[in-house]
Amino acid sequence: MKYIDEFRSGKAAGRLKEEIAAAAAGRPMTFMEVCGTHTMSIARNGIREMLPAGMRLISGPGCPVCVTPNGTIDHAVALARHPGIIIATFGDMVKVPGSTSSLGQERAAGRSVRVVASTLDALELARNNPEMQVVFIGVGFETTAPTIAASIITAEQENLNNYSVLSAHKVVPPAMELLCRGRVAIDGFLCPGHVSAVIGSSPYRPIAEEHGIACVIGGFEGLDILQSIAMLARQVAGGDSRVEIQYRRVVRPEGNPAAVALMEKVFRPVDSVWRGIGMITASGLVMRDAYRRYDAAVRFPVTVEETKEAAGCICGSVLQGISDPRECPLFGDGCLPETPVGPCMVSSEGACAAAFRYRVSRRADIGQMHDA
Amino acid sequence: MCLAVPMQILSIDGETGVVEISGVKRNVGLQMIKDPRPGDYIIVHAGFAIQKLDEEEALETIALFREMEGLG
Ligand code: SF4
Repeated sequence: MKYIDEFRSGKAAGRLKEEIAAAAAGRPMTFMEVCGTHTMSIARNGIREMLPAGMRLISGPGCPVCVTPNGTIDHAVALARHPGIIIATFGDMVKVPGSTSSLGQERAAGRSVRVVASTLDALELARNNPEMQVVFIGVGFETTAPTIAASIITAEQENLNNYSVLSAHKVVPPAMELLCRGRVAIDGFLCPGHVSAVIGSSPYRPIAEEHGIACVIGGFEGLDILQSIAMLARQVAGGDSRVEIQYRRVVRPEGNPAAVALMEKVFRPVDSVWRGIGMITASGLVMRDAYRRYDAAVRFPVTVEETKEAAGCICGSVLQGISDPRECPLFGDGCLPETPVGPCMVSSEGACAAAFRYRVSRRADIGQMHDA
Repeated sequence: MCLAVPMQILSIDGETGVVEISGVKRNVGLQMIKDPRPGDYIIVHAGFAIQKLDEEEALETIALFREMEGLG
């Protein structure tokens, strides 16, 4: 496939592996990836196994479903129980356990919960069911938020009065800044490729310039990630901390101004709770006053049950890079992709799901990254 | 949620367009893309094109990897 296979060559991977080792020169380094799609690609390509001794690659809070706290799931469950509402959401959200239920359990109990691939489908659902209220559960980062904003603007243009959104959107840079001051010493961030396609490179500058942490915005194929790690290692070894873009074919320094404008038109920043991390200043998005009628939280006042966390799940600590999924006593034993205890095992982008899915097929060598 | 692969625009109709990868076709929102044209490669996320792929940049990166293969 064009513009994909070219980024998967085993031979070039071998070169990059050598470059990484040469740049690091035996120095210990810890890098964190902050995007679920990176987490999956790193596991799938066996990238960790290619790194020199002393170099660690840890997963951060990069899976939107995983960082969504139980309270939000419970709120969605309460809305699903409200008469006349159809819940529309992305697939992963259905399986995530809340305090006592999940959207999947509500669906099994006869409530209307529909999986959609995009807000385009959710709007169609609203048009086709004028007697019902369609509530979209909006979960995601800066890549998803503009698509939700676009749907609200379409609803306004079409005078569609039975469409609203429960906004649980989060923005990534404030969480990264908080992690800079956290328990785990991070030398560099592999910054999220598609979030950056929207926001550009400047939001990471305080992380590089004030916190002295190297930042590289990387693409998602094996070679993209290896090249990004080589760039990070060179920065750290050279005592440098800048924001560099490896994924230049998609990420421009200014991002996508049209997408940012859409997001800013509809949403404003708000303090928001991240699972396992807690409240982070200005890290969430809620609808501006002009769009409040599309805010499901305002439109349907429901009573949300008291939040309870799943006993034994250490997802919160996994999301901060403190624990490896394999350190969780429930990992693969009680907590499985089919019967997840926590969200990190539910989402296909979650660190626990990635570690579980690729545990047997962990590749010892780059030879297996197929040749283009 | 993030489809990390570039898809190619086949046709455009107002704010939406049909995109394709390996025979799989999808209808996606194009309102966030500046000046989309059939033939362009785009990155799709949750039903919308979020950025155009810069083919010149892509070819430059590919050339670098090709060079590495020669050295490897
Ligand atoms: S393995 Fe399951 S229970 Fe353990 S941290 Fe991951 S999601 Fe939570």
